Amino acid sequence: MLNDQGRPTRAAETETSAPWTFTGNRALSIEEPLLFEIGRPEVTGVDFPEPDGLAPRLGRHQRTTPIDLPGLTEPEAVRHYVRLSRANYAIDTGLYPLGSCTMKHNPRLNEKMARLPGFSDAHPLQPVSTVPGAIDVIAELGRWLCVLTGMPAVAMSPKAGAHGELCGMMAIKAAIRARGETRNVVLVPESAHGTNPATAALIGMSVREVPARADGTVDVEAVKAMLGPDVAAIMLTNPNTCGLFEPEVVAIAEAVHAAGAYFYADGANFNAIVGKVRPGDLGVDAMHINLHKTFSTPHGGGGPGAGPVVLSERLAAFAPLPFVRMEAGVPVLVETTGDAKAGELPFGRLTAFHGQMGMFTRALAYMLSHGADGMRQASEDAVLSANYVRAALADLFTLPFPDHPSMHEVLFDDRFLADTGVTTLDFAKAMIDEGFHPMTMYFPLVVHGAMLIEPTESESKASLDLFIATLRDLALSAQRGETARFTEAPRFAPRRRLDETRAARSPKLKWTRPVPVTVREAAE
Amino acid sequence: MTRYTTDHEWIRIDGNVATVGISSYAQAQLGDVVFVDLPDIGKAIGKGAEAAVVESVKAASEVYAPIAGTVLEVNAELAANPALVNEDPESAGWFVKLHVPQGTSTDDLMDEGQYKTFVDTL
Amino acid sequence: MRYHPLTPEDREDMLARIGADRIDDLFSDVPADKLLAGLVDLPLTKGELEVERILGRMAGRNVAASSVPFFVGAGAYKHHVPATVDHLIQRSEFLTSYTPYQPEITQGTLHYLFEFQTQVAHLTGMEVANASMYDGSTATGEAVLMAHRLTRRNKAVVSGGLHPHYRAVVETLSDMAGDTVAALQPDPAGTEDILAAIDGTTSCVVVQSPSFYGQLIDLRLIAEKCHAVGALLVAVFTEVVSLGLIEPPGAQGADIVVGEGQSLGNPLGFGGPYVGLLATRQKFVRQMPGRVCGETVDVEGRRGFVLTLSTREQHIRRDKATSNICTNSGLCCLAFTIHMTLLGEKGLRRLAQLNHEAAVKLADRLAGVPGVSVLNDAFFNEFTIRVPRDASAVVEALAVKGVLGGVPVSRLEPDRGLDDLIVVAATEVNTDDDRAAFAAALAETLRI
Repeated sequence: MLNDQGRPTRAAETETSAPWTFTGNRALSIEEPLLFEIGRPEVTGVDFPEPDGLAPRLGRHQRTTPIDLPGLTEPEAVRHYVRLSRANYAIDTGLYPLGSCTMKHNPRLNEKMARLPGFSDAHPLQPVSTVPGAIDVIAELGRWLCVLTGMPAVAMSPKAGAHGELCGMMAIKAAIRARGETRNVVLVPESAHGTNPATAALIGMSVREVPARADGTVDVEAVKAMLGPDVAAIMLTNPNTCGLFEPEVVAIAEAVHAAGAYFYADGANFNAIVGKVRPGDLGVDAMHINLHKTFSTPHGGGGPGAGPVVLSERLAAFAPLPFVRMEAGVPVLVETTGDAKAGELPFGRLTAFHGQMGMFTRALAYMLSHGADGMRQASEDAVLSANYVRAALADLFTLPFPDHPSMHEVLFDDRFLADTGVTTLDFAKAMIDEGFHPMTMYFPLVVHGAMLIEPTESESKASLDLFIATLRDLALSAQRGETARFTEAPRFAPRRRLDETRAARSPKLKWTRPVPVTVREAAE
Repeated sequence: MTRYTTDHEWIRIDGNVATVGISSYAQAQLGDVVFVDLPDIGKAIGKGAEAAVVESVKAASEVYAPIAGTVLEVNAELAANPALVNEDPESAGWFVKLHVPQGTSTDDLMDEGQYKTFVDTL
Repeated sequence: MRYHPLTPEDREDMLARIGADRIDDLFSDVPADKLLAGLVDLPLTKGELEVERILGRMAGRNVAASSVPFFVGAGAYKHHVPATVDHLIQRSEFLTSYTPYQPEITQGTLHYLFEFQTQVAHLTGMEVANASMYDGSTATGEAVLMAHRLTRRNKAVVSGGLHPHYRAVVETLSDMAGDTVAALQPDPAGTEDILAAIDGTTSCVVVQSPSFYGQLIDLRLIAEKCHAVGALLVAVFTEVVSLGLIEPPGAQGADIVVGEGQSLGNPLGFGGPYVGLLATRQKFVRQMPGRVCGETVDVEGRRGFVLTLSTREQHIRRDKATSNICTNSGLCCLAFTIHMTLLGEKGLRRLAQLNHEAAVKLADRLAGVPGVSVLNDAFFNEFTIRVPRDASAVVEALAVKGVLGGVPVSRLEPDRGLDDLIVVAATEVNTDDDRAAFAAALAETLRI
């Protein structure tokens, strides 16, 4: 089937928009070279004592080849990386309306807590007797997650959301095997995030897409029609990727269970319902929780995340190693199958050690700070803010699914840009010039030119109002035919549009030493 | 005579050899093509089975064989110059040549006029 | 609540603008009996001071590595990280930025990822590296899957020197995907005959050097045998500092190199987050999992960087993606890169030499303890000792004496008859006093 998600990945060459400077710098925006262009292998920014010159015991394995790694002194390194940082947008510098990605405020208390030496300077394999506090953190965070989701068990080791999906689906596969069955079909709504089908495929299952209903939700009758003895599970995001709560989720869960299959919930949007709805009450069997979304561990420029998975009674026995078992109120770490008790049937191991401990301490600090009341308020404010943005833009933007209230994010399509010559991509790039990070674009795939906006609970009303006013101005500008404001954007960012076609056609994935000029001339 | 599928492949048969590529409409939908994953020579491909994968920066599409055949030749130039698919999709940007039985018919596929009408409905 | 800018008046105004009477009107799609009326059974909001007290108490129950003579390794290593590293990674623009999908306003992240990829490629002696995986163990699992795709075979041969957790990750993935793993017996001294296990059905051979037990392994012959039968060599390391002193896997014929990068820039952190490294040959790049950053130009012709080759990834390829991975270890890569930049080649070689010397001195000390023998003849900063008692009990007894003296092999390899082995690591943080304390405590423990 033809994939029609293509879009321009190269913009026409343009004259520079800024006045000339000798350095190429633009005041605070510095043209920083690569480390390899300014560092030298003989330079170091770390002082060490002299080695003793002992005879090595490396066998015949001593390095004979050069490494070619330039170094910088400390002042040079600080300046290099501080300058680079200033080319980045960040939640600390502005509103970050990325739907489904959830860019909320990252409290600094959490960073401080993660750096307590008892956590940051503890080794995963030092004697268990010397780390009871670390095991406490895992147990306590797990308990909070179970209470918030209404689920009886949790697997803490997955390293990220997609890793959590893998964990949940492996538990489902193990449970099916334990029943002596070989079901291998997974139902996935077409609006699902790409990790869902990728995860199912990774464990040898085949994916069948559930078509979306015209109102953006999943039809329980369509699910029922696809269920059968070969279906292992449905993977459903709720609230879904269109920002809507699935109104028939309970009926879907019942139908799935009646057919002998399991209900995997993608918890990417759990932040909309924390303290309001417990997934366990909806019939969920497994759900990963993106600690970096819902519980605000920092995104760090693309990771690390953490993806614990809550499990229903039907799947709890299959949780992978390692896990923590409560015995008379005391958490006990179980690391090997030999330590497992009767009825505990871990399906294996997903990673070395115990999971993303540094993210656990941050998330627990966030939860303790918020409490039951603060987390409920956070969900309500997130939903309120998204619907406020929706209400304030509804007359200018086009809503593909107007029949349901939005949850924590509002989805628009690009019909309001029809015949303007401005695409969703252009519109997003114009937002950059206005000082905003773009919203999530072209996802979910079920909507043409999707724009998915998630303001989160971290924005003040004044901040939301400025955002709304800006989007309104842009929409009117596009409709007035001021096309260049969009097609040439961004004009004021550290870089203008980049040639992604060139990057992909002849990939240059590392620095290479430039050929000396004389040689190059000779070659020509 | 060039025939088209509803998946936007084109096919031309000359004796025992069928040449397959993607239509001009398809390349425009995909955007700048950056890579084409072509099958091994000698591979037998069934009708409707995956013959190649074409990738742009933001999209990837499977290309299916409009008829069954054995891979005789693949367009080696696409490795160095995938832009050929955008520049000349229905000629120099061909993907694979299949060996097919003499007299293989493509009459069930669309001709150029029918395909144009089909595309206009999309 | 200090994190919520909306006031009660704001909320009223906003509801009015929406045309809703109360917040629960917006939750009208939730079945009424599923919407919680009150609060869940958890404590209420707390100020910073109270949270610090609670977590401070938990942290205080753990023994921090810096507070004792510390010799625990086995996949995670205690090194000194320059203060600059943690300062720089906490800059708002790095810490609180998203994945760089909008390259015009994330050149900071993309620029350091390009530096990271180059550093990893140079360190491992490979042509290309990706922008990182979760950690060394999951990178190893992904490398095996990548080898299966490249060879169109599905049997991995796994050395007995591979970290047992890494092996378990490979076995779990393979079990679930329907692939085969031929794992050799644990191999403390590096004497296994892995060549005999490689044949025409082998997709890849997974070998760790330095091994889990510390032994340095010659990869050249294994690479030759692999290539003769059309298999790939996946070379693994858990201690990236070793690459400052030993011949890199790329120079020994490895096809895919994976490892743990925690040692540079990243704290022990009780096991994570860490940073998985993955490097390979240029010709395999389209079967490589994970994000990758590439160089290009903007419309004004200025150099810039973008995430590229994303058609391999799940958001485009969905069920045909090379992996389901949807992240990299961004901030941990940054810590790695800054530490590596501060070291430079000169600093890394020096650091590696200091680590090796620390291990040589420790090996000599421990070998002098009656009843203790060192199993490895070639090692970097880690080795295995045999003790004349149950190793778990010995390590516990050492902890009581205030020495964290390594990892009993039986903790990771129970029921294998390896109950008298301890994996011991030494790094630049250990002093002569630390080593003396370890040897004395071990001697005392074994005397009783």
